Amino acid sequence: MTESTLKIFVDGVSDYFRQAMVEQVEVHAPYLEKGPLRLLDYSAVIGISGGYRGCVYFTAASSMLRTVLKKTGETSDDPDLLADLAGEMANIISGNARRELGEGFAISVPTRLRGQPKELAAPGEGPVFVIPIVWRGERSELIVCLN
Amino acid sequence: MVNRLLIVDDSTIIRRSIQRTLGDGRFSEICTASNGAEALRVFKSHPAEFVTMDITMPEIDGISCVETMLQLRPDTRILVISALADRATAIQAMTKGAEGFLLKPFTPEELCEAVDDLLSDSLA
Repeated sequence: MTESTLKIFVDGVSDYFRQAMVEQVEVHAPYLEKGPLRLLDYSAVIGISGGYRGCVYFTAASSMLRTVLKKTGETSDDPDLLADLAGEMANIISGNARRELGEGFAISVPTRLRGQPKELAAPGEGPVFVIPIVWRGERSELIVCLN
Repeated sequence: MVNRLLIVDDSTIIRRSIQRTLGDGRFSEICTASNGAEALRVFKSHPAEFVTMDITMPEIDGISCVETMLQLRPDTRILVISALADRATAIQAMTKGAEGFLLKPFTPEELCEAVDDLLSDSLA
């Protein structure tokens, strides 16, 4: 994965919060994760196919997702909605990346996860980059693994 | 007033968000579907004059749904609402007969504007 490809996802996170939340977000410098993936409370993974191979995870603390839900006008914070929100954020950030990567960047529907699964499938053979995100003091991460 | 709106999206959050925004009297009835197959079942039993359609969904994708719905009822107005930001996807949706394309994420104001544009076209 090239630096310019990684930048597309860094910018995509900023764009999401600016457009959906109408607020700035802190997107910290991506780092290479060589160990096992550590997921937060709610996560979603998007499989990537077409001209690319790999996956994109969005993982977030439940407190952050609750805050996002409230900001969007949602009155319920049912756990199913929190999981759904993680899936939609992964879907939007990945789908928006097609603006630069084109239709060859084919995305799957999101698979939603709660907590740290006992058996987490290896994200692929490519390097795994973690993009730390902080919004209103709450943590989340975008994890990008592309060959 | 347009009678029936069908909201098709596999995300509960998005369906509820669209329903909250458009449940203000623009439509007399709002139906929802969480995948393409369910959307076609609902559409066949309760034809809608206006549809908001996601693209990336399980079972049957939104582009195929657009095509099938317009074969069943050519005067249906379809607004595609998708995260897929490439130009080719928007062109494909419009080629199949969708009349509008709204990119996710969207604000309530952007949704209302996109819907009102299509509704005013249908009244013109």
